[in-house]
Amino acid sequence: MLDRRDFVRRLLIDRGDLLVATGLGASTFDVAAAGDHPLNFYLWGAMGGTAMVGLGLALARPDRRVAVLTGDGDMLMGIGSLATIGVKQPKNLAIVVLDNAHYGETGMQPSHTKSGVDLPAMALACRFKQARAVSRIEEAADVRTLMHDGEGPILVSAHIKEEEVPRVLPLRDGHAIKQRFITALNGAV
Amino acid sequence: MAKARVANGAALHTMTHTDTDWPDAIFRHFHRLGIRQVGYVPDAGHSRLIALCQADPDIADVALTTEEEGVGLVAGAALGGQRAALLMQSSGVGNCINMFSLLRNCGFACVVLVTMRGEFGEFNPWQVPMGSITDDVLRLSGFLTYRLDSADDVDEVVGAGCDMAFDGNLQVAFLLSQRLIGRKQWTR
Repeated sequence: MLDRRDFVRRLLIDRGDLLVATGLGASTFDVAAAGDHPLNFYLWGAMGGTAMVGLGLALARPDRRVAVLTGDGDMLMGIGSLATIGVKQPKNLAIVVLDNAHYGETGMQPSHTKSGVDLPAMALACRFKQARAVSRIEEAADVRTLMHDGEGPILVSAHIKEEEVPRVLPLRDGHAIKQRFITALNGAV
Repeated sequence: MAKARVANGAALHTMTHTDTDWPDAIFRHFHRLGIRQVGYVPDAGHSRLIALCQADPDIADVALTTEEEGVGLVAGAALGGQRAALLMQSSGVGNCINMFSLLRNCGFACVVLVTMRGEFGEFNPWQVPMGSITDDVLRLSGFLTYRLDSADDVDEVVGAGCDMAFDGNLQVAFLLSQRLIGRKQWTR
C-alpha cells in the first residue's frame, strides 16, 4: 500500500508542462502538498466531474499531456465518463485514481472498490489503451513515465493506505484557480 | 397559439412539424463563435444539429453517457482555450444540477441548447415533471434562459445570447420549445 503524499510527490517530480486536474477532497490536497502550480486545476466540488474536465482539456490541447489525479469516490460517481473517454481515445490523457477504497472526507465509509469493483478492468472494457493497478512505491516512476509518455487514454488505480493525512489547502476561489490556469497555459485573455 | 388537442387520441399521432433551418442557424453561430467542442446525449430534436457537428472536422463532437459529463467537458475545454456548447433534452438538465456549480464557482462561459419535452401535447406524462421545471432549475443554477417558440427567432436570440455568454463568462440556456421542434411522433 502506498503513502499517498509520497506517491503523488513522485508523480509530479519534474512535471515540465504537464496539465493537472484534481478531484475534490484529499486528491486536491495531495497535489497541493506536492507543490502548488499554476497549471493545477483544483476541484473543490462538482464530484464526479474531474475525468471529464481532463477530457475537455486533452481535446483542446492535444499538444500537451493531461493528468487527472482523483479519488475512487469521484471516479465512481463519474464512471460513465470512462465510456465517453473511451469513445474519444485521447492519446494525451492519463487518469490516476488515488484509491483508498473509502470515502475519506465523510468519515471513511467503504467505497465500491472496497468490495472488489475493479476500476482498471472497467477502463479496459471502455477501450482505454492501458490500465493497471499499482501498490508499491517503486512503481511511482513507471506511472510518472506513463503520464508523460504513455499512449492514452490511460487509467492507473493506485492503492493507497486508508489513512487520513493533514490537509494542505490550495486556492479555493474558483475564478482565481481558473484564471491562473488559463493565463499560464494560453496567455492573458 | 394552436391548442393542443390532448383529448383527441388521433391528434397525438399527428406530427406538428415546422420545416425550417433552425438547427442550421444555430450551427452557423457555432462557427461564428469558434466553438470547437460540442457535448450531447443523442436526441431526436437535436438530430440535425448533432449531425452537422459530427460532420465538421473543426468540431470535436463528444457523445456523453449522461448530461452532467458535458459540464466538466465545457470547463476543461475553456481551460485549454477552446469554446464548447452542450445539447440536451429538458430531462438532462435535471441530471446536471450539482455539476453546474463548477460553472458558477469558476465563471466558465457555457451555452446549453435544450430541446423541451413535457409540454405542448406531450404524449408521455413521465416527461412532464422535469419539463415543467426545466426553466426554473436552470435559473436557480445561475443560467440566463431564453425560450424559443418560433423558428424565426432562433437565429437572432441564439446569436445574442451566445455573445453574452462568451463575452461575459456567463451561463446561458436556450429552451427550444416542443412547439418549435414539433411534437414527438408516436407510431404504433
